[in-house]
Amino acid sequence: MISIFPSLLNGAVITLKLLASSMFFGLLIGLLFAILRINKNPIINKFAYGYSYFFRGTPLLVQLYLIYYGLANIEFLRNSFLWVIIREPYWCAIIAFSLNTGAYTSEILRSAFQTIKEGYIEAAQSLGVTKKITFYKIQIPIAIKQSLPAYGNEIILMLKGTSLASVITIMDLMGEARKVNVLTFKPFEAFITAGIIYLFITFIIHNIVKYLEKKYGFQT
Amino acid sequence: MELLSFGDTGWGDELFFATLMTIAVSIAAMVIGFVFALIFTPLKLSKNKTLNVIGNCYTTIIRGVPELLVIYLLFFGGTGAAMYVASIFGYNGYIEINAFITGALAIGIISGAYSTEVFRGAILSIDKGQFEASKVLGLKKNIQFYKVILPQMLRLSIPNLSNVWQITLKDTSLISVTGLVEIMRQSYIAAGSTRDPLFFYSVAAVLYLILTFLSMKIINKLEVRYNKGF
Repeated sequence: MISIFPSLLNGAVITLKLLASSMFFGLLIGLLFAILRINKNPIINKFAYGYSYFFRGTPLLVQLYLIYYGLANIEFLRNSFLWVIIREPYWCAIIAFSLNTGAYTSEILRSAFQTIKEGYIEAAQSLGVTKKITFYKIQIPIAIKQSLPAYGNEIILMLKGTSLASVITIMDLMGEARKVNVLTFKPFEAFITAGIIYLFITFIIHNIVKYLEKKYGFQT
Repeated sequence: MELLSFGDTGWGDELFFATLMTIAVSIAAMVIGFVFALIFTPLKLSKNKTLNVIGNCYTTIIRGVPELLVIYLLFFGGTGAAMYVASIFGYNGYIEINAFITGALAIGIISGAYSTEVFRGAILSIDKGQFEASKVLGLKKNIQFYKVILPQMLRLSIPNLSNVWQITLKDTSLISVTGLVEIMRQSYIAAGSTRDPLFFYSVAAVLYLILTFLSMKIINKLEVRYNKGF
């Protein structure tokens, strides 16, 4: 039990790295698509809706395989500079996870944008604040505050999602647990220890989000 | 397009049966999940502290651990555990547990945790007066549950259960790692033998989209039906 711990911890570091980078890119993508979703232009609107429909309607595993195995099949991508990125499983995983969490984040932020009280925007307008500043200084901060609880759930879902990286040969926490299982034939030890580490990370994320909610969120 | 033709030359029929397999596993998992939910929801609502902790442990652990981990644990651990139990009864051969059963059970345990939360929320949102009224009418405890609480609970749970169904449907793709031939596994095989992963994984994505789209339509109809009179 103790001997397998260091290798699992190494895996946990990779899991956290994957999680942090995909959440970062995912937030940017989510914000972009949430803004596109509330755009009045029907074409932009439909495009953003299609994006979120595709990534929320298909399993993460399909998306991961499409990017890892599928993109490598395109001749023109293989000859371009992008090949340096898409030949690495690590980057493929980050791309897939970011696009996936981006779709969910865009839905969370969109509903937050749409539930902002008209009064805030009207108040800003009557104070003579420009549309741009209203958006950056009023709408975005309120939307982020409002979506904190749902976003916390999304982080935990994504933490669980990163375990899929192990199927495309990345040695994250799940990958290490699989290796231990293959080497020692002790599935219970390997997977239960990994499970405890996952639970521990979930617990920490949960508490951080709770703290942030208390500090910055809306008191209801 | 001839890659998708039915018969010996294409993958159409294989993918069709794989889709049926995905649907079958999802339904089996959902039903197993309901059984788990019906066991654990009363525990979570119980006033007894020990039972409460057991119920909470189930939902917290399952929802805090990757789905893949549950599947691996059952797939690799299940065989060992079954062989251990069999060895007590004097059978020392190799036992292989069916991939369908392992997969449905693993996904069922996961969807059960989500369903438990849904049922708990639904029961808590039933008006208190309903419980009191059925008590005043002198209904027995089990009749009170089956005739008054359960129908209302189901109606209130449908929207959230539809989310659980979508999650379950997508989670079945993970069973492919254990070798059960459902959509994901079949596309993997097809992609490997034709060397066209982009095409076959796109087909897989489209199949999943069709499944989620159709189930949304069906669930919406159900919702309208059960909300009649409200």
